[in-house]
Amino acid sequence: MDVDEVGERPQRIRRRTFLDYSFTAALAALAGAVLYPVVNFLIPPKTKEVTSQSVVAAKSAAIAANSGKIFALAGKPAIVLRTPDGELRAFTAVCTHLACTVQYRSDFQHIWCACHDGHYDLHGQVLAGPPPRPLIEYKVTVKGDDVIVTKA
Amino acid sequence: MGVRDWLNERLRYEAAETFLEKKEVPVHRYAVSYYTGGITLFFFLIQVFTGLLLLMYYRPTSDAAFESVRLIISKVRFGWLIRSVHVWSGNGMVAAVILHLLATFFGRAYRKPRELTWISGVALLAITLAFAFTGYLLPWNTLAYFATQVGTEIAGDVPLVGKALLVLLRGGEDITEATLSRFFGIHVAILPALITLLLGLHLLLVQIHGMSRPISVRVTGSERFFPEFMLRDFIVWVALLGGLAVIATLVPWPLGEKADPLAPAPAGLRPEWYFLFMFQALRMLPARILGLEGEMVGVTLFAIAGVVLLLVPFLDRWAARERSHPLVSILGVVALAFAVVMTALAFLTGL
Repeated sequence: MDVDEVGERPQRIRRRTFLDYSFTAALAALAGAVLYPVVNFLIPPKTKEVTSQSVVAAKSAAIAANSGKIFALAGKPAIVLRTPDGELRAFTAVCTHLACTVQYRSDFQHIWCACHDGHYDLHGQVLAGPPPRPLIEYKVTVKGDDVIVTKA
Repeated sequence: MGVRDWLNERLRYEAAETFLEKKEVPVHRYAVSYYTGGITLFFFLIQVFTGLLLLMYYRPTSDAAFESVRLIISKVRFGWLIRSVHVWSGNGMVAAVILHLLATFFGRAYRKPRELTWISGVALLAITLAFAFTGYLLPWNTLAYFATQVGTEIAGDVPLVGKALLVLLRGGEDITEATLSRFFGIHVAILPALITLLLGLHLLLVQIHGMSRPISVRVTGSERFFPEFMLRDFIVWVALLGGLAVIATLVPWPLGEKADPLAPAPAGLRPEWYFLFMFQALRMLPARILGLEGEMVGVTLFAIAGVVLLLVPFLDRWAARERSHPLVSILGVVALAFAVVMTALAFLTGL
């Protein structure tokens, strides 16, 4: 009997510790069971986008020399322009600096981003301002009167 | 200086600790009624949480509302669960509020000095029902559309201000996108602001006055609120959360068909269970009572009943003197029986 009593004390402590661990583990499991669906809920579902890599950007006649037009290509803005020499070119219209949409400035005769005064030449190369990289150029094909721009 | 001391000097949380150590809950045969408030609070917190989540995807326009809820339950991961929990928990909250009201009423817990706790509680009941009513329209399905049509029409029967109330609620003469915008604004901004203030007051008053002891029941002792009562409260909450998850999964709330203002009203249209007794009572009234429109008489009687409910602490003069008069209990049972019988009738007669 004496031996049992002596042996009982550490056992009681173990029982308490065991319960504490069980309680904490149960709480953690509960938190996990709640958080898992919640975190998943917050991740936006993939929406099916029509991401055609090629689009009719404009009618050829509608783009005069020394002017540009912004259109959507695969859900993002792109720009098609006609140089003062009459050549058609297309670029992404998303500025490489902070993703503003660029525009064609007839008075500058090149592409310009209004947000932070970024200048790109007619090949998309940075002329001045903060943009770190040139604008990516797209392929332009003219089919009849349609100007078709294709993402490389 | 430790972080504890630094925080305590600024937050004075030791006062709260001392308060918590002293807070006690009476022990008696009806002590289980003390859980009803906590259960209501649990459902409320679930509503806040799931409501905020649903706001991430819901769009309150007549074109997009139905589609956005469909997106939630079909495309968003666990969206079906979050939406189903929100609806079921909303029903649970109404049930819990009613239980809490009954426990408070029959325990005479509204008596001095807890009159304002009662009044804020009745106001919280009204807000809960307003939450339920406005939330019901948001999925913009056929049932909700016509239920709102009927519900706001009934509000139009309130004497004097009825017509103005109807236009104010609908944002015009008819149920349109303007109504949806209003209900959405009321559901996610106005009512949350109101309930935050009133619930804060209600809970503060409960802390100031402590748990009420029933008059005619022998109190056998008391237990500490923290940790004994709180842990048991917590166990109830965990059980409810589990039950909610199970029912939301096994019995997902249907979305129905998209509302079409030009379609005829569907058969079997009836309000949610908590409005059924009013719906049934109004339906059973004759068209004309004493030369007045029956509906208007009914709505007026319900409005008076609401005022009586609000004034219970001041009408029950016996309880103010710590006496439990059977007449009060009898009136309570009669009112309860009326609601139960009317609800049962509405279910039995169908439609």
